[in-house]
Amino acid sequence: MLEQQLLNALTLGSVYALFALGFTLVFGVLAVINLSHGAVFMVGSYAALALVTRLEAPLWAAMLGAMLVSGTLGLLVDMLILKPLRARNAPHLIPMIATIGVGIMLTSTAQGLFGAEILRFPDGILPAGEFVVGDVHVRALEIAIVAIAFVLMAVLFAVLKRTQLGRALRAIAESPKAAWLLGINVERLFHITSFAAAALGGIAGVLIGLNFNAITPQMGQPILHKGIAAIILGGMGDIRGALFGGLFLGFAEVISKAYLSSQMGDAVAFGLLFLILLVRPSGLFGRKLERKA
Amino acid sequence: MSEILRVHDLAVRYGHIEAVKGLDFRLNEGEITALVGANGAGKSTTLLALSGLLKPSRGRIEFQGEDITRLAPHQIVQRGVVQVAEGRAILTTLTVAENLQLGAYTRPDKAGVGDSLDEVYQLFPRLKDRAAQFAGNLSGGEQQMLAIGRALMAKPRLLLLDEPSMGLAPLMVQEIFRTVSEINRAGLTILLVEQNVRQALKIARQGYVIETGKIVLSDSGENLLANPKVEEAYLGG
Ligand SMILES: Nc1ncnc2c1ncn2[C@@H]1O[C@H](COP(=O)(O)OP(=O)(O)OP(=O)(O)O)[C@@H](O)[C@H]1O
Ligand SMILES: [Mg+2]
Repeated sequence: MLEQQLLNALTLGSVYALFALGFTLVFGVLAVINLSHGAVFMVGSYAALALVTRLEAPLWAAMLGAMLVSGTLGLLVDMLILKPLRARNAPHLIPMIATIGVGIMLTSTAQGLFGAEILRFPDGILPAGEFVVGDVHVRALEIAIVAIAFVLMAVLFAVLKRTQLGRALRAIAESPKAAWLLGINVERLFHITSFAAAALGGIAGVLIGLNFNAITPQMGQPILHKGIAAIILGGMGDIRGALFGGLFLGFAEVISKAYLSSQMGDAVAFGLLFLILLVRPSGLFGRKLERKA
Repeated sequence: MSEILRVHDLAVRYGHIEAVKGLDFRLNEGEITALVGANGAGKSTTLLALSGLLKPSRGRIEFQGEDITRLAPHQIVQRGVVQVAEGRAILTTLTVAENLQLGAYTRPDKAGVGDSLDEVYQLFPRLKDRAAQFAGNLSGGEQQMLAIGRALMAKPRLLLLDEPSMGLAPLMVQEIFRTVSEINRAGLTILLVEQNVRQALKIARQGYVIETGKIVLSDSGENLLANPKVEEAYLGG
């Protein structure tokens, strides 16, 4: 049964990692903890559901559409809320509080539009295949979720590591002033980052919605906490850290639910997180690096 | 010799404090012009305004006949005005090679970038040896070379240098000034901000002395070096 749990953990952990990556990217580049990321995740899954049920879109198109919808939402949050705050040199807490407000607005809007009850993808939409390896039942859906998450993360890593755009983003993360002086349009890259991060959050929402086949207006809240935990554990702003932190939380949650307490799985996972932070307060990959002007 | 930059009545404030109080100066194409003055005189503030990072409260900046006063920083870089900022201006978390690649960020001629990289490595062979290292691991002098080399990667028309010799050992200071002269001989116009007044005026054709946000003297570098007022205030009598 351990293998079965490991597969569940990998599935969940890879989606947590995907979610945490967008979250940490925004923190690294914009120096903002965007607490609407959980609500954007929720919007992604409703967008996919609406595309499937109302427009009868195929699942792959619904996923792309969900990324577009949530990405656009992230872009709007940046342009309408974060940008004016940047222009006024607002202290760090202000954008954080503002994005909590955005999250609440989005959650209650979703509740108004779709109701508070759990919605599900219609039959026949989910990939139904299942095969057995040893004693492990592997659903095609799980394979697809893990594959999509890892492909997207690999693309993001490659862009950051190898392209001029990625270098420019890393330059901004170290010093926006130095980036401007290199001729980088920092504001534009803030917009691009906000879009990309929210699109990743949105697809993560679709994947979780598919995995449990359950979508609710509140679904962004627990993952927001896990995302925060993942990036703190990995080291704020570090993308390897987000990957590791997300996977860790997935494993800690599934394994502790399976073997310790099905009710207190999250308590165990977060307790473990706390212990790790006592040993390494700046996270596993964190180099507490103060950003220059 | 034609004028490349003209600054008219430039003023910059930080909140209520006016740090730069109405500067007028001009740079001639192909020359080194020095802007010298004591700590807090307003030199860096002036350069940041030229680069668009600080918005002037009044005045006008014209580059090659175009009013660039209200342009965004990246648009000013695109025009060819490139600054090496004060202190450690490099990106420590990127490698030396990545810093140089980013220097070419605004270049439309991707084909020419490789040539520029060869030129920079020729000018600073040490950077080539350390290409794959994190820039944060370079020595202070090497970091300054990287900062200058990175600015050259943009193929600037006007290079703004903010205290390139700051905090370097005497031998390294010599090397930096030699390099600045060499880059200028190849045709690049340079605005050199320095507290190392003697060295700066030696290699500059024109010089301006700034005190508490105002230009108090302007003359050829040679004449300023011989000027008793400069001697007394900046060259240690
Ligand atoms: N961010 C800021 N906020 C408020 N005042 C500032 C700021 N930066 C500089 N100043 C003030 O503006 C004045 C000019 O500073 P500036 O940095 O331009 O001087 P500088 O000539 O470059 O000096 P140094 O040789 O020490 O670099 C100083 O009085 C300084 O205290
Ligand atoms: Mg200065």
